[in-house]
Amino acid sequence: MPSPKRIGQIEFGLLSPKEIREMSVRKIIWADTYDDDGFPYPQGLMDLNLGVIDPGLRCKTCDQKASECPGHFGHIELAKPVIHVGYTRLIRKLLRVTCRSCGRVLLSPEEIEKVVGTEDDQTGDLLSEKDVKKERICPHCGDQQLKINFEKPTTFSEVVVEDGKKVEHKLTPADIRSRMEKIPNEDLTPLGINPDVARPEWTILTVLPVPPVTMRPSIILENGQRSEDDLTHKLVDIIRINQRFKENQDAGAPQLIIEDLWELLQYHVTTYMDNEVAGCPPARHRSGRPLKTLSQRLKGKDGRFRGSLSGKRVNFSSRTVISPDPNLSVRQVGVPRAVANEMTIPVRVTIHNIEELKQIARNGPLRPDVNSPCGANYVIRPDARRLRLAEGNLDTVADMIEPTWTVERHLRDGDVVLFNRQPSLHRMSIMAHRVKVMEGKTFRLNPAVCPPYNADFDGDEMNMHVPQTEEARAEATILISVQENILSPRFGGPIIGGIHDHVSGIFMLTHDTRWFKKEEALYLLRYSGIERMPAPGKVENGVEYWTNKQVFSTILPTHLNMVFQASSCQNCDTCKKELCERDAYVRIFDGILESGTIDKKAIGAFDGQIVNRIIRQEGMSRATDFIDDMTKLSIRAIMFDGFSFGIDDEDLSKTEYGQIDEILKNAALDVDRRIKVYEDGQLEPMPGRTVEETLEMQIMQVLGKARDLTGQIAGQHLGLGNSAVLMAVSGARGSMLNLTQMAGCIGQQSVRGERIVRGYDDRTLPHFRKGERGSDAHGFIQHSYKGGLNPTEFFFHAIGGREGLVDTAVRTSQSGYLQRRLINALQDLKVAYDGTVRTTGGRIIQFEYGEDGTDPTRSAFGDPVDVKGIVESIIKEAV
Amino acid sequence: MALAEKYDKKVEAADLPVKTKDQIRKFLADKEITDTQFKQILERVIKEYLSTRIEPCEAVGVIAAQSIGEPGTQMTMRTFHYAGVAEINVTLGLPRLIEIMDARKEPSTPTMTVYLEEEYRNDRDKAREVSWQIEAAPLHEFGDITTDMENMHVVVHLNTKVCDKRKISPGEIMEVGPKKIRDRRHYRDFEHDIDEDKAIITFSPKDKESYQNLFQLAEHVRNVIVQGIDDILRVVVRKEGGEYILYTEGSNLKDVFDVAGVDTTRTRTNNISECASVLGIEAARNAIIFEAVSTLNEQGILVDVRHLMLVADMMCMEGEVKQIGRHGIAGEKESVLSRAAFEVTVNHLLDAAVANETDELSGVTENVIVGQPIQLGTGDVKLIAVRQHDN
Repeated sequence: MPSPKRIGQIEFGLLSPKEIREMSVRKIIWADTYDDDGFPYPQGLMDLNLGVIDPGLRCKTCDQKASECPGHFGHIELAKPVIHVGYTRLIRKLLRVTCRSCGRVLLSPEEIEKVVGTEDDQTGDLLSEKDVKKERICPHCGDQQLKINFEKPTTFSEVVVEDGKKVEHKLTPADIRSRMEKIPNEDLTPLGINPDVARPEWTILTVLPVPPVTMRPSIILENGQRSEDDLTHKLVDIIRINQRFKENQDAGAPQLIIEDLWELLQYHVTTYMDNEVAGCPPARHRSGRPLKTLSQRLKGKDGRFRGSLSGKRVNFSSRTVISPDPNLSVRQVGVPRAVANEMTIPVRVTIHNIEELKQIARNGPLRPDVNSPCGANYVIRPDARRLRLAEGNLDTVADMIEPTWTVERHLRDGDVVLFNRQPSLHRMSIMAHRVKVMEGKTFRLNPAVCPPYNADFDGDEMNMHVPQTEEARAEATILISVQENILSPRFGGPIIGGIHDHVSGIFMLTHDTRWFKKEEALYLLRYSGIERMPAPGKVENGVEYWTNKQVFSTILPTHLNMVFQASSCQNCDTCKKELCERDAYVRIFDGILESGTIDKKAIGAFDGQIVNRIIRQEGMSRATDFIDDMTKLSIRAIMFDGFSFGIDDEDLSKTEYGQIDEILKNAALDVDRRIKVYEDGQLEPMPGRTVEETLEMQIMQVLGKARDLTGQIAGQHLGLGNSAVLMAVSGARGSMLNLTQMAGCIGQQSVRGERIVRGYDDRTLPHFRKGERGSDAHGFIQHSYKGGLNPTEFFFHAIGGREGLVDTAVRTSQSGYLQRRLINALQDLKVAYDGTVRTTGGRIIQFEYGEDGTDPTRSAFGDPVDVKGIVESIIKEAV
Repeated sequence: MALAEKYDKKVEAADLPVKTKDQIRKFLADKEITDTQFKQILERVIKEYLSTRIEPCEAVGVIAAQSIGEPGTQMTMRTFHYAGVAEINVTLGLPRLIEIMDARKEPSTPTMTVYLEEEYRNDRDKAREVSWQIEAAPLHEFGDITTDMENMHVVVHLNTKVCDKRKISPGEIMEVGPKKIRDRRHYRDFEHDIDEDKAIITFSPKDKESYQNLFQLAEHVRNVIVQGIDDILRVVVRKEGGEYILYTEGSNLKDVFDVAGVDTTRTRTNNISECASVLGIEAARNAIIFEAVSTLNEQGILVDVRHLMLVADMMCMEGEVKQIGRHGIAGEKESVLSRAAFEVTVNHLLDAAVANETDELSGVTENVIVGQPIQLGTGDVKLIAVRQHDN
């Protein structure tokens, strides 16, 4: 394959009237588009010289069909010049800094040098309006200058003093144009204008280019009517007014009419360029919708730049709902058969694979079930003709296949695909998986890969892309695969790991000591690819038993040595180590779990100590295998005992309810007491706070403490036997606060960090007395979710909840914009071969990346080397 | 505690960063290890060190941007929060991060952390003394102010006890007060009279016709700042890590540095542009990193410092603090197409035409737009290895 040509650079400049006429293939004079037969008028806006959009017709300029002709420009000769709206500010500047009679810049060469710098050292600024004093005398011809007024959108006028009164003289575009023509080339350079490509008079249009029809295709509606593009509508307006203008001009119409028409023409040309100019009513479609003209086509998120050039819609992609499957590897993705039958990979036929590809072609476009071999949809001949494979022609086409042909075969197990979930906030939002064709209509993935995608299964949809070239597939497997993305470049730790039931399951399996019989142990380990069981931990009455920790140890690499505290660790003052009553001291010796409970800290996403250590010692591949084994084992483990949570799991006994009531009653009394102190004027304010603020803070504190106390009571009553407690302790989901709110007391609802104060005059709700300051009048909810809320509490809860919703909505848009700005500012940076960080243009930003040249992805949570891990693994004891 | 000398020398001789060497010493201190174990450890450390080097062509900019942007969704919006000191409000979370990246001239809640010199930092009273010098104190805190309607006077009876306590002489107040009303509050239509012995200042408006003037004058007299630094509204003294530290609401680095007892090496402000103008661009760069790291850490979000360093370096590259966005880095790019693709599309194109700009197509967006491989990562590799056929 020849190497593709590279575009070296793009130069920007203005089109001169001469150039516009030269590139034009037709002068357009008729405002009409099609005649009664539906055929384009010659010299009309749809002239066949401008390109063709109807299939079957041929372009009169290049003689190509609609699909090949790129289109050609035409032009309109304007009756009188008009201003280009985009350049009004430049025109204003030029009028103000140049002489009205000789056209020179109103500064002496010395003055210019002061601003711009000398000829050798042009480091100064460009000349601006501020450098020229108003109404001065031209240093070149001595003419008195006048003040130039500019009125949006396109009106310029000179202020003349007549009989002591200021009178505005309107400048027509023709006047302005003749002034621009007078500005000499050498005076333009210090103004930042390159006269070779942009003479200032070219910003006043005398000829208007007419874009090719391919750029403004008309669409045919269902009722057979043609509907023209917005640009065509606008051009029709321009031509109509232009014609009328010309006729009036030739007929010698009065000045007033001429001026009106001139202004109208200016309006149409202005809105043709930009339909959102300040001080100019937007041109509208018959339906009242503002027209989308040139500027609107380029601008904004769905404009040409952001919507069609920086990002494009692609083929070979598919999208559907996702659902979990813990039996898949994290490396895999389950693809529905319907998708696999539609998505294809082109395979070039060679002498080595011809038989296989012929068979694939014979298999045809329909794969009856997931186990049958894959088929193909099309074969491509060397002349680029595509042959569709259908029920009837399979054998005929298959027999025709020869080397140099291409077969577009279906996806099959093991193909590499890219998998993505929006919003794609970081690079782990697109990862390469291996296809596993499955029945059903959803994409299936191992729940352990949810964290990098930030996916859940409440109806989320994800996209899949099939790389089409060998190069793309190579990059997908080597750089983008899940295995290579376990470590997050954000902090250098694993971001793929167990979640929810994985953590609960592995916690239940490894907590304390349990004994499993052989059948039980094998049930747990059946899917983990274990080849040999370790020696039984004990034999009783001829029955072999294995401990739970032995069962877990089978999936660990044999050379693993590490010590750490589990999530359930309470950070006691003196650590009891192996004797910890919570079994939170995890110690792994030569791949055997000797003590401790495996939970979120060990295998969870974002924490995953064991995963992290395996990556560094054994590599990514072994770590991925470990995650697979762990997910399978933990799911068996949670199924072994069963795990559920229901409303009666929040039940407390009568004593606890009594205690909770007592606490809340005392808290309410305490609040009342403090209010009394305040009302008596006895409250001592905190430094820098008012008395009211101090009271509020105290009340919040008292009530917060009361809620925490109810939580403690509930927590004491509900031990590890309670599912919610187990989940909170193991780090699987939820916290003790959630349990407090379910079983104990929901607590204070707040808006902006304060108790709820808004509502009616001096009170939140009509249920309370005016000026009441008590706990329940300002959003304290003393009931639990289980106990149920009373009406006022329910209302306050809704207020607090609403704040959260608004917060999320605002936050997503703000952080999205921040990220877009960050990406735009930093996207061109890379590490050069000499270790410096440079922009793609070659500017040095850092002399050594991150001051030490360490890759944050591979760093040990920021450190260049995980010394602790290495020492632990070699001397095999805690450090 | 120490590492055996023979090992220490080998550690020192190894080609490793200081931090790693220190970690080796720390973890191996007082451990019984054999020579082979030590050799293994050192070898593995060196091997891992070499494997964690950043690779050429890595798109570090995009990675940094993603690493900072992605956790943005997890941050809180709550603008006000109490950071450490319950009395002082500080903007935190996403709004603060946006503020840092915007390179605002003035943060929405400027604060300073003032550290004290050796002789002041251990004594609460001494720390308090420094705080008097910093906290802006209006005149009414130093005495009684009475408005004498009959004679059209505003009379200030200075309380000498308070003055003593606050370490300021009544004479000084009497001098500074009227001067500041004129200079700082720009109110000049009054005359004043000083009674040194009784510590009384009498103000009277020039225009005695209207009571309005008298009340206006009284208001100025009440609120004129006679001690401390005008921008610093409040100072809180706190003991932290065994020493007294002052937290302030409001920021004025330059004036605080002039106050006796302030440790200028450790005192900091959260106003980045102030850092840049008082201490220079390097300090501003460090301030950006510090502020961003503390904002993220406060939210419990782990982000490698290297990402923030890159952002800070990019912002400070030109010698002044540049915003991340339209009015800074993104708006001053070389490439026309890249600027047009970011914001204010049409204007960039029109201006480029007049100035005859050329787009060299070196950046990412430009090449995406024209449909070419970008000059990053695998797209940047220009050499291709040819497999050698040995036989």
